Amino acid sequence: MTNHWRDIKNADLILINGANPAEAHPVGFQWFMRAKLDPKRGPGSGGGAKIIHADPRFTRTSAVADMYLRIRTGTDVAYFGGLINHVLQNNLFHDEYVRNYTNASFLVNKSYSFHDGLFSGYNPAKRSYEISSWSYQTDPATGFALRDMTLQDPQSVFQLMKTHYSRYTPDMVSSITGVPVDDFNKVADLVGQMGKPDKVMTIVYAVGLTHHTTGGQLIRSGAVLQLLLGNMGRPGGGMNAERGHANIQGNTDHAISWEILPGYLKIPAPGQKTIADYVAQSAPKKSDPHSWNFFGTNYSKFMVSTLKAWYGAAATKANEFAFNFVPKPASNASWMTIYDQALKGSMQGLILSGMTAASIGPDSNQVRQALSNLKWLVVMDALPTTSSEFWRAPGVDPSQVKTEVFMVPTTHWIEKDGSFVNSGRWSQWKDQVILPQGQARHDHWILADIFQRVKKLYQAQGGKFPAPILNLTFDYQDPLKPTLDEIAKEINGKDLSTGKQMTSFANLKDDGTTTAGDWIYTGSYLDTGNLMKRRGGIQDPATNDPTGMGFYANWAWSWPLNRRVMYNRASADLDGKPWDPSRPGITWNGSKWVGDVPDYPPTLAPHDPAAWLPFIMNGEGVGRLFSNGMVDGPFPEHYEPVESPVQNPLHATNSASPVAFLYDQAAGRPSRFGAATEFPYIATSYRLTEHEHYVTQHVPHLVQLQPKPFVEIPYELATQKGIKSGDAVRVSSKRGKVEVQAIVTKRLGPMTVAGQKVYTIGIPIHWGYVGIAADRDPGHGRYWLANALTPFVGDANARTPEFKAFLVNLEKI
Amino acid sequence: MKVGAAGTGGLVVSGLGFDIAYADSTKVKQNLRIAGATESHSICPYCAVGCSLVAYTRHNSDGTVQLLQIEGDPDSPVNEGRLCPKGATAMQLAVSPRRVESPQYRAPGATGWKSVSWDFMLDKIAQNIKASRDATFVTTDATGNTVNRCEGVAFAGGAAFSSEEGYLATKLMRGLGLVYLEQQARV
Repeated sequence: MTNHWRDIKNADLILINGANPAEAHPVGFQWFMRAKLDPKRGPGSGGGAKIIHADPRFTRTSAVADMYLRIRTGTDVAYFGGLINHVLQNNLFHDEYVRNYTNASFLVNKSYSFHDGLFSGYNPAKRSYEISSWSYQTDPATGFALRDMTLQDPQSVFQLMKTHYSRYTPDMVSSITGVPVDDFNKVADLVGQMGKPDKVMTIVYAVGLTHHTTGGQLIRSGAVLQLLLGNMGRPGGGMNAERGHANIQGNTDHAISWEILPGYLKIPAPGQKTIADYVAQSAPKKSDPHSWNFFGTNYSKFMVSTLKAWYGAAATKANEFAFNFVPKPASNASWMTIYDQALKGSMQGLILSGMTAASIGPDSNQVRQALSNLKWLVVMDALPTTSSEFWRAPGVDPSQVKTEVFMVPTTHWIEKDGSFVNSGRWSQWKDQVILPQGQARHDHWILADIFQRVKKLYQAQGGKFPAPILNLTFDYQDPLKPTLDEIAKEINGKDLSTGKQMTSFANLKDDGTTTAGDWIYTGSYLDTGNLMKRRGGIQDPATNDPTGMGFYANWAWSWPLNRRVMYNRASADLDGKPWDPSRPGITWNGSKWVGDVPDYPPTLAPHDPAAWLPFIMNGEGVGRLFSNGMVDGPFPEHYEPVESPVQNPLHATNSASPVAFLYDQAAGRPSRFGAATEFPYIATSYRLTEHEHYVTQHVPHLVQLQPKPFVEIPYELATQKGIKSGDAVRVSSKRGKVEVQAIVTKRLGPMTVAGQKVYTIGIPIHWGYVGIAADRDPGHGRYWLANALTPFVGDANARTPEFKAFLVNLEKI
Repeated sequence: MKVGAAGTGGLVVSGLGFDIAYADSTKVKQNLRIAGATESHSICPYCAVGCSLVAYTRHNSDGTVQLLQIEGDPDSPVNEGRLCPKGATAMQLAVSPRRVESPQYRAPGATGWKSVSWDFMLDKIAQNIKASRDATFVTTDATGNTVNRCEGVAFAGGAAFSSEEGYLATKLMRGLGLVYLEQQARV
């Protein structure tokens, strides 16, 4: 989230796409309802915020929304694109913000083009773009981008964007999304009012947007709309991702992710020999004289401070701070690639901690095949999972599975301390409440112990490049049992010359005199103590929430630097006054910025000749309506899901994403995609209130509430097929099947898309061949894995699988 | 003035509108389940709203700790004391007869688990990591670049453990040279 949960109460209009917060994040949803029930909020003269829910399925979120739009899954770029078009065509954008706080005025290279679904630079053989044309025209003397503040130049981002989205007319939007034109126009009217400085809209989304081959651009299309309306950086605004696991945020921040190092530093690439090489290829470049480019400018300091935290005395200026210790991947090494490599026979071992590959998929049957290709599999979990048990799943002959499997019993969250970081970036410390059950051990003790054993083996036997293993810092009182308190201090970092904890990442250095395990957490653990433990909450709002905006700066700690709303310089106008005085983010009081922790130098006056542009983290200094940071286009464009019943109404010849990565095709395996002739129905997957992915299979009360697996079938389709609620049905895709009960419902219904009638079938994820329900089932949940159906294909940028849009057939058993 | 035994403060008969002497004579002796318990703070383990929890435990004389109750923390600006059905049943996740309580090992082709010691398990895993690392480690790629990467071992996990554990996992796995490093964010 750019903002945070409580902040949603500050919004006038709430767009919810690809999410069902009333059921998936019920307690967070109270803040949506607070906005709705607050007469000060809302379009026009107020009367309460309006909620617009766009989703293929009518849910409890829809039930309390002011408008529900039945949208075809995976078509939200068209929806947001239509809204962008409405805002641009009718001059409803926030003019001062767009001119000064976005790159609307930047002039784009004349060789940039877009025709028939392809941006300039496409290479069909490689299925990728060469993106040099997606760049700005520059002043040869300074290298800075050329700008036209009138926004009239035909090569300006503003004009190119206007042309790009002119195709997204209400009729076109309706044809793609299935949303009736009248409904779309009503939404457009409300959204169009949110470009006024005294109004603010938030967009809330979840994996219903990310789990597509166009996932990255689905989100970017919302962010572009928010920039046009001037809603980024403001209380009540922003792009807000609801995350689905307790600490998915914290452990993304800490870079359990192939392409990054802690704090979103890029993983080094082959060919980079020095820190300077690395920074030159990784850090944002300053493209405007008034851009601070804070991230780019300080990139080397963050990197060197991380290397000092990891390699201590072995990281010296002479050896480029042990830069060659950091592995440099040849190519993508993300989730699906792990199983792709196993299918090819080149992955030997896999360690899973709190994740079950067999259930997660995509294409669970193919993933289970991949698991059986491994030499060894380590499952670290508190409870059995479909991965720990994959070798004896129903229908599998264990004697044929040659994988060596380790079930390593780990502790639960409540048996250890440490922090969880919520969707709003609030890092909240928790106590160790109870002792580990049985022989269970903490994950970090297990990993530390294994590492020390590996290190001993290298000391005794030698082996390939042992230096990083032998020199990794282990400054913990007991190297086999590091405490989370010790690690939290390491993450914060210290000044090696004084031994004191660093107070801000602004003070980090690239000369080897500072450490920071993760620079975005610098400031979380000071010499005075662990700020993540703070508990200044709603027991005293006058002290803890003086502005009433809900920042609660004395509750826990949020990155970066305890800032509660990111990009908050953009919450104030050029003079430093809040766009809406009743909802201030930060305010210039004549000598300093007050309110939230400023995303800006705290005493730099708005009209100081040296004042920086508001978005200090990127090279432009302003929000990017046009970006070369994506591999599938500088403007979001609608592409069909890889499996779709229709051709793209915008460009049938380039219907699906031309750059989505097709694993099976690239590996020379037979296609596992189905066509609408054989699999005529759209399917989408989701989670129920009582479920958290798969672990809740083991929780008795929750199993009582959702005792059996089911799929949701639209009433009209069920009637055609003679299916009644409770009937056993088979839902199959090209890849596999589920056999479960049908729930016939009007929550799902027919849509007219590209002139065709289409149906969507709803598939809750959760069940499989482990858990209380499976133990009671005669077939032991053999055909319960929802992700047996989903396609093994991912977004071109992030490689998020297309869990949310695929084709199936439906039969009554 | 007569003091009501069941309450926390002094209550006056007339203020209550009933006869305290009668109430005293008929009351059932009740102790709160959390009477004398230790109060700790936790965070819900499920979604990422980050609802604060108050957990009550009893520390027994034999060194065991009994979890008595988990409820929403009323001070939290995130949840203000509220919990959903998952958070409200968090106790059944915390303490469960379904837990795996000891290391389990399944040899290639074996038809069942075998209980093993921690030493057996951790040694074997360490040996596997070293063997796979040495077999798949690339120091220099085809174009002569120093890359120092292990291509044959992957680690995935972390959406359920503490941030500090996640940081250590990243540090250790990158220290081993892993490039296949993933968690739940993408899936």
